[in-house]
Amino acid sequence: MALRIPPRIPLRTTINGDPYELMVKPYQTLLEALRDEAGLTGTKEGCGNGNCGSCTVLFNGLPVNSCLVLAPEAQDGHIVTVEGLAKDGRLDPLQKAFSQHGALQCGICTPGFLMAARAILDSNPHPSEKVIRAGIAGNLCRCTGYDKIVRAIMAVARGEVD
Amino acid sequence: MTGRKEPRYVGKRVIKADALEKVTGAALFGADARLPGMLHGKVLRSPHPHARIRAIDCGKALELEGVKAVVTVADLPPFEEAKAAFGGELMIDQVHLRKLTIAHDKALFEGHAIAAVAATSPEVAEAALELIQVDYELLPVVENALDAMKEGAPLLHEDLYTDTLGERPKAPSNIASIIEGGWGDVDKGFAEADVVLEKSYETQMVHQGYIEPQACLASVDADGNVTVWVSTQGTFNAQRQLSALLMIPLHKLNVVPLEIGGGFGGKIYVMLETLAILLARKSGRPVKMVMTRAEVFRGTGPGSPAYIDVKIGAKRDGHLTACYAKMILDAGAFPGSPVAGAFMVGFAPYKMPHFKQEGYDVVTNKPRVQAYRAPGGTAVAFAVESALDQVAEALGIDPLELRRINAVEEGDLMTSGQKYNRIGLKQLLERVAQHPAWTQPSSGPNRGRGLALGAWQGAVLTTTAQVIANTDGTVTVVTGQVDVTGTRTTIQQMTAELLELPLELVKVNVVDTHSAPYTDLSAGSRTTYTMSVALKNGCQDLVAHMKRLAADLLSHPESKVRPEDVNYSNGRFWASRGSEQPSVSWREVAERSRTRGPLVGQGNSGRLPPAPTFAAHVADVEVDQETGKVRLLRYTCFQEVGKAINPQQVEGQMQGGAGQGIGWGLFEYYFYQQGKLLNPTFLDYRMPTALDLPMLDSVLVEVPASEGPFGARGVGEVPIVPPAAALANAIYRAVGVRMSRLPMTPENVYWALQEKGAGVTPRGHAPVSSSRGS
Amino acid sequence: MKLFEYAAPTDLAEALRLMQRGDGEVWAMAGGTDLIDQVRQRRKEPSLVLDLKRVPELQAYQGGPQGLRVGAAVPCRRISSDPLVKDRYPALAESAALVGSVQIQNRATLGGNICNAAPSADTAPALLVYEARALIAGPGGRREVPLDGFFLGPGKTALSSRDILLELRLPPPPAHSHSHYLRFIPREEMDIAVAGVASLLALDPGTGRCTRARIALGAVAPRPVRALEAEALLEGQVPTEALLREAAARAVQAAIPISDVRGSAEYRKALIEVLAYRTLEQCLQKLRS
Repeated sequence: MALRIPPRIPLRTTINGDPYELMVKPYQTLLEALRDEAGLTGTKEGCGNGNCGSCTVLFNGLPVNSCLVLAPEAQDGHIVTVEGLAKDGRLDPLQKAFSQHGALQCGICTPGFLMAARAILDSNPHPSEKVIRAGIAGNLCRCTGYDKIVRAIMAVARGEVD
Repeated sequence: MTGRKEPRYVGKRVIKADALEKVTGAALFGADARLPGMLHGKVLRSPHPHARIRAIDCGKALELEGVKAVVTVADLPPFEEAKAAFGGELMIDQVHLRKLTIAHDKALFEGHAIAAVAATSPEVAEAALELIQVDYELLPVVENALDAMKEGAPLLHEDLYTDTLGERPKAPSNIASIIEGGWGDVDKGFAEADVVLEKSYETQMVHQGYIEPQACLASVDADGNVTVWVSTQGTFNAQRQLSALLMIPLHKLNVVPLEIGGGFGGKIYVMLETLAILLARKSGRPVKMVMTRAEVFRGTGPGSPAYIDVKIGAKRDGHLTACYAKMILDAGAFPGSPVAGAFMVGFAPYKMPHFKQEGYDVVTNKPRVQAYRAPGGTAVAFAVESALDQVAEALGIDPLELRRINAVEEGDLMTSGQKYNRIGLKQLLERVAQHPAWTQPSSGPNRGRGLALGAWQGAVLTTTAQVIANTDGTVTVVTGQVDVTGTRTTIQQMTAELLELPLELVKVNVVDTHSAPYTDLSAGSRTTYTMSVALKNGCQDLVAHMKRLAADLLSHPESKVRPEDVNYSNGRFWASRGSEQPSVSWREVAERSRTRGPLVGQGNSGRLPPAPTFAAHVADVEVDQETGKVRLLRYTCFQEVGKAINPQQVEGQMQGGAGQGIGWGLFEYYFYQQGKLLNPTFLDYRMPTALDLPMLDSVLVEVPASEGPFGARGVGEVPIVPPAAALANAIYRAVGVRMSRLPMTPENVYWALQEKGAGVTPRGHAPVSSSRGS
Repeated sequence: MKLFEYAAPTDLAEALRLMQRGDGEVWAMAGGTDLIDQVRQRRKEPSLVLDLKRVPELQAYQGGPQGLRVGAAVPCRRISSDPLVKDRYPALAESAALVGSVQIQNRATLGGNICNAAPSADTAPALLVYEARALIAGPGGRREVPLDGFFLGPGKTALSSRDILLELRLPPPPAHSHSHYLRFIPREEMDIAVAGVASLLALDPGTGRCTRARIALGAVAPRPVRALEAEALLEGQVPTEALLREAAARAVQAAIPISDVRGSAEYRKALIEVLAYRTLEQCLQKLRS
């Protein structure tokens, strides 16, 4: 007895600025393709149904839950994951701020928060606390109570982190 | 190693040692492990909360292409004898852990593992699960502890007899044990009281809510050596459990810790690991297993629900005369609810002339509970601190003042009856009294402020670390102590401080069970406290070794330097007399280990007394009278922390614990209907989001612990203890309703307001949960 | 999970051709934020998932004096951030901004929210008060269906398994009107509405009388519903606080909620009254300011 398995689909996509040609399963999520096919395990699965934000990546510049995107949807798309935040060996200011402010504890939600925070600042360089909280409200953190996460993002917005 | 100096690293906001790995996505967590040839394992779980398993037929599953192994209870090695109980804060005996790992003759909760499959892909494994045929005989469901205790209730275990101090009962029962504690004569105490308050409280089953689902990877080599990569709070704890369940000697069983994506007490028992090893052994290939979120909710160990009756007597001047509590805690499918934790915490902050507690550990058809941050503490504090607030009101005494009048200090009794060593509750309450969070008025309609205290005695157990001087003068601390809360960083800080070396020279390696000696799990707010002592001993041991080498280096043929004449300070060894050469550097001595053998300091925490901690939380809320929704306006956590090794991390613990406690207080609960969980998602199991919490102000008060080189106390547990009670007290002050059930959801508050307003009970639907048969 | 195939046609004819497998075998997908989760939970078992985001007709977006046309695959984020929508269709902008987190809103679509037909769908009450119409393409050609007749029950719509929702058409809002959507959730985010109400009020600027009242309710019936009696009570009257309260109380009569994990029926009814009053009151305030 064999399971009928639909054939894989060639996926051409850009991840963190690099071209990728992957063979993905049609029913595979973008999250699974990033982790299992591209080997980029920085993006995490916390719930698998879009309720925790741990799998947040930027898809064509916008934050999405990669567990709710099918891998083939990323055809010709541009994906940025946590591995792509640092550029030319320089950390993103958010990465520095999260470290300096103690905005991470266990770290499992951190990649998702960083991507959501990046999206906030990309669309609004000087967000209020309320805007920051709304922008990360789709990301659950169980360790920090969010206080230090919000402060870290505010510090970057205020230009306190280079 | 000299006397007290101004600390260089202890007390500083040193950046987490693992921060860079975690902000770049490089850190490897449980689900990130992979091996060539790896199979994917999935678990078949019981859809029924209580059912006898008549037969399991795996034939069709094995016929599916790509399926490499299927295991059931028949694959567990035969049980020999109960060797030990396991756990940290919540113990489980070996027989029950076996039955919890995989159902034997009965499925005892929805989500109970029945069988597991390993296949070449997750899809094939999932399809195979559907081909396994299980013949269930459905049994009546025991939904909650009150039902479980009723005469004639269906039994979960025919061989469970209530453990009491009295005679052995004749018939089996769902009550696993009844314990009592206290002192004096409470009846006398209540007779002496001017005010006696008696109330009942109820809390629901909640989940720790770690964002990382359970995951592991197991591999078995040709010689039967097992390696398992895990996300756990204690590798040696996991190793011992696996050894006992699978009859593997410890030297053939290596447990490798990966980063743990949150635990909070919920990652202490092995679950998937046992099945993964069985599957790997049977298939001859590595097997990886990862739970889905729904499996995490249904198949892991949540926090215990509780029914608590409290009775408090007090004199007109505010002095307590007697305190009594009856606590019924729901353990889920096997005995072991946190009755002991609840006993320890509830009345711990107060002086009581007469005191009595009764605790019931009861089994029901729910997942077996595990520890959840200060296990038992939140529920009992909700009850006691709510009741005390009413005592204060009845006496016309300010709620903070009432607590100050009765606050324990050194020499007073802990709830166990032993005496407190140095504690800082008085200093903590003094700080609250002066702080704007308390002194500034809370104004506005429908607004109110609540105060509640929390206590945690602090677990101790054994902690080990090895401090190694490398030949280039750097230092490696090797330990099996899993870093759950940032202890790699505090270990680095404390080691650099103790050795008087620059921080950068110290690296902490958390290693697998084959690379370090035994150490207990990271839980119960014990790690930093006990580790500080282990490191002190380890560093002293290392420096003593090095002094012997230094003595040789400092000696001349005409003047021999003895080790006891060598002093160490700030990276140099000094000959106190008899030598022309005044000193030799740490690095020069360390270099000698190439020829003179290892320079290893053995650190062991030994036997330590507890280092009890206290917290006081102040919450300001606003209640929407029309909908019952509670908005949190301001929240301040005060905590006595001994000595904050890293204040930033201590604040993180306080804020995280408060956040969880607020979620428990306002939103979170398992919604059961006939033993089936209806909200196994983060959508309907509502943990607070960033929009639900304000900034969580943290005020640290430092009164050094009696023991330890720096006076540090464990800080992780106590911040989850006060929030629910603080919120309940704030809600009362805002709108005049006393909430006696958690969570205080908008709907629950709404109905409480309706009852208060109209004196009627318009409840057609149990707003909290259908699990209470009312 | 059912192991499905995936296709992303780039023209409508091809999309319609693929839909003809029909009968639950093919599930059309726009944002996927509902569908992917439902497939993983085995609530839907497609053999083919048809991604319609590349079909131009479903990306149509046009607003002006004639009204608003929103292609079924336009993401909620675009709608909620459009100044024109905020100005002319505030209840739609507010509700589209509530469909999940930022991450969800970047994927979720108006068409998907409607076709998923959850009684709690946030955009549905708003679309009902604007008397939106659904443009549908099927084997027999195109047709327009008023949204009031579009929802048949939980997950059930006027679409056959071979139909594709192309776009939603909103007529221009009445002159001197304002609209507002409020939902109630226990948290501030990440929750499904326990109850939701969209209201629209139009006033005659001369007499101050209500020329049109529309009140639609979410999450309190098998489908999003209008509160017709409450609307009738308001129309032709000069709204007062007392009248709004009476209308809010009457709106509850249109609610036939169930008790479930998100709330009891009684509580939902109580919420409807609160939300109806608050939305109406807000409309009135805006109109009078």
